[in-house]
Amino acid sequence: MKGDHHVILRVVAKVLIPIIALYGFYVHFHGEYSPGGGFQAGVILAVTVVLYSLIFGIAPAMRAITPGFARFIAGLGFIIYVGVGVWALAMGGNFLDYDALFREPPGGHNGQHVGIIVIEIGVLFAVAGSMVSIFYAFAGRVSEIRDEDW
Amino acid sequence: MIESISSLVPADIAAHAPALLVVAPMLLAPIAAFMPNGRLAWILSILATGVSLVMAMVLLTQVRSVDGGGVLSYAMGGWAPDAGIEFRIDSLNSMVLLLVSTIGFLAAVFSWPSVVAEVRDAKRAMFYAAYLVCFTGLCGVASTGDAFNLFVFLEISSIATYVLVALGATRDRRALPAAANYLLMGTIGASFFVVGVGFLYAATGTLNMAELAIRLQDMQGNKAVLAGYAFIFVGLGIKAAMFPLHQWLPNAYAYSPSFVTMFLAATATKVAIYALVRFLFTVFGLEFAFEGSTLIWILMPMGIAAMIACSFQAVFQTDVRRTLAYSSVAQVGYMLLGISIGTTLGVSAGMFHLVNHALIKGTLFMALAGMVLSYQGTTLNDLKGLGRSAPWTMTAFAIGAVSLIGVPLTAGFQSKFALVNALFEHGWWWAVAVVMFSSLLAVVYMGRILEAVFFRAPSNPNKRRKEAPLLILIPLWILAIANIWVGVQGGFVAGLAEDAAGSLFIGDVS
Repeated sequence: MKGDHHVILRVVAKVLIPIIALYGFYVHFHGEYSPGGGFQAGVILAVTVVLYSLIFGIAPAMRAITPGFARFIAGLGFIIYVGVGVWALAMGGNFLDYDALFREPPGGHNGQHVGIIVIEIGVLFAVAGSMVSIFYAFAGRVSEIRDEDW
Repeated sequence: MIESISSLVPADIAAHAPALLVVAPMLLAPIAAFMPNGRLAWILSILATGVSLVMAMVLLTQVRSVDGGGVLSYAMGGWAPDAGIEFRIDSLNSMVLLLVSTIGFLAAVFSWPSVVAEVRDAKRAMFYAAYLVCFTGLCGVASTGDAFNLFVFLEISSIATYVLVALGATRDRRALPAAANYLLMGTIGASFFVVGVGFLYAATGTLNMAELAIRLQDMQGNKAVLAGYAFIFVGLGIKAAMFPLHQWLPNAYAYSPSFVTMFLAATATKVAIYALVRFLFTVFGLEFAFEGSTLIWILMPMGIAAMIACSFQAVFQTDVRRTLAYSSVAQVGYMLLGISIGTTLGVSAGMFHLVNHALIKGTLFMALAGMVLSYQGTTLNDLKGLGRSAPWTMTAFAIGAVSLIGVPLTAGFQSKFALVNALFEHGWWWAVAVVMFSSLLAVVYMGRILEAVFFRAPSNPNKRRKEAPLLILIPLWILAIANIWVGVQGGFVAGLAEDAAGSLFIGDVS
């Protein structure tokens, strides 16, 4: 592209965005052993979309990840989270009691393992979806009053 | 009736009632957001609030089955309290939960015609999702026994409320600045509250309210605790629209969709007052709050200032919704006055008025919502002559109005009588005069509206006779009859309020 001042930005961003996304997943799945988890990872994943739309424009970003899809992910994450709680209730435990998930005998920890991982996936979805939705809501806003009309 | 409904619920489910009450709307909120049209979301919201209502009845039965009011503790995630989050239901919680879920259910039922008229089609499913999230938050605040968890639920309900208020922009653009103003004030309140909780945590090392209460007994005069106390008091004061901190309220009530106004007026400030009472009496304890830091010189003057100043402001409003909004702040003053007496009688009068005021404002705002549907405007001028064209709607409105004034045989009379009684018993004769004066102001501002409604000629005589739809009339009359029922046979609600106040003072005896 001739006269394009942002060529370096574009090239660097193209390299960086997948790495950022990968790092997001690393923070997510390593959250079990080190600081991190669904919330932080969700924000990092949302950052990829924000960075993409800063450099390539909001319209292509909205084509890649539609606002409806972002909202869907946010809601889905919420449902996953509450769903695990209801699953525990259905198995006879208290709300969000991971020990009850598989009705394990005392000493079994599969429930705790699976429970927290599924919960964190819910958090990841909810946070990433909400962050992108909030960004779209601000960035995609069409001003209702033109500047000359003020 | 409550007992018979609760006995229908299986024991397995009843054991998890504290969680289910909050989980039902929490789960159905995102599902409602995915509904292709608003009608399905509306049905889901009725379902969710209905489940919560039944669970609240179950909780009330369980609490009352123990002599003197039992305490239910529910460990979230199976983690024992103190380490984990605890839902703790006693007489006070169960009363507030029953109130919030009853109003929430009736509001959900009546909302549809009003929402169709005031919210755009594409936004309706999301609107109901936001409503359910708000409802979840309010129920959560009223059931949790963990100070930080209370903050989280408070924010859940508040953030949903900002959205709901802003959606009034379809009808009136002033909803947007009102929502922004509310957002700023609400966020300041929440930040103050969380800073206060932080101080308490730093001083005591626990977030569980029951445990906090025990540890704080040995910390009289600790500066960090005092600072935490001040922050929490101001933070919850903003949320509860305590007198000088109420500036967000009139606009938020006046410009949000009618349905939202009705729901908020009857629940949001009530739940904040519940949280305030919970912290003052359970967490800090009477000794600390009243003698240690002379709360009596803050809460009582603020209550009285609200009763007088805001009643005066209510008199001079031309928009009926603003009149009622200022009157709400004044009524919060009554509750604070009752609480500030610091005796069982006083607190029980405050709690009694809290419930009754929810019924009163619910009736008034619901009738207004029905009226807005057929006549658009809400100024005094728009209401002229409506007594003839919409007699059923306006009679219910009139019942709410006389109840607000405190005419005998209505709910408002019962709770004002209880308040006056408590004031006499405490020897605050002058405060009785203030209550009377404020009630006289209520006669003026409600009388102005009633006069316009029933005795003036319609400003537009061509308008045909037009009642609110049946979907509004039925819940409206349920609330209106509840006003009279409490007024004639106040025993049930007064008993709830007494138990609630009693449960607050148990801790101080031991």
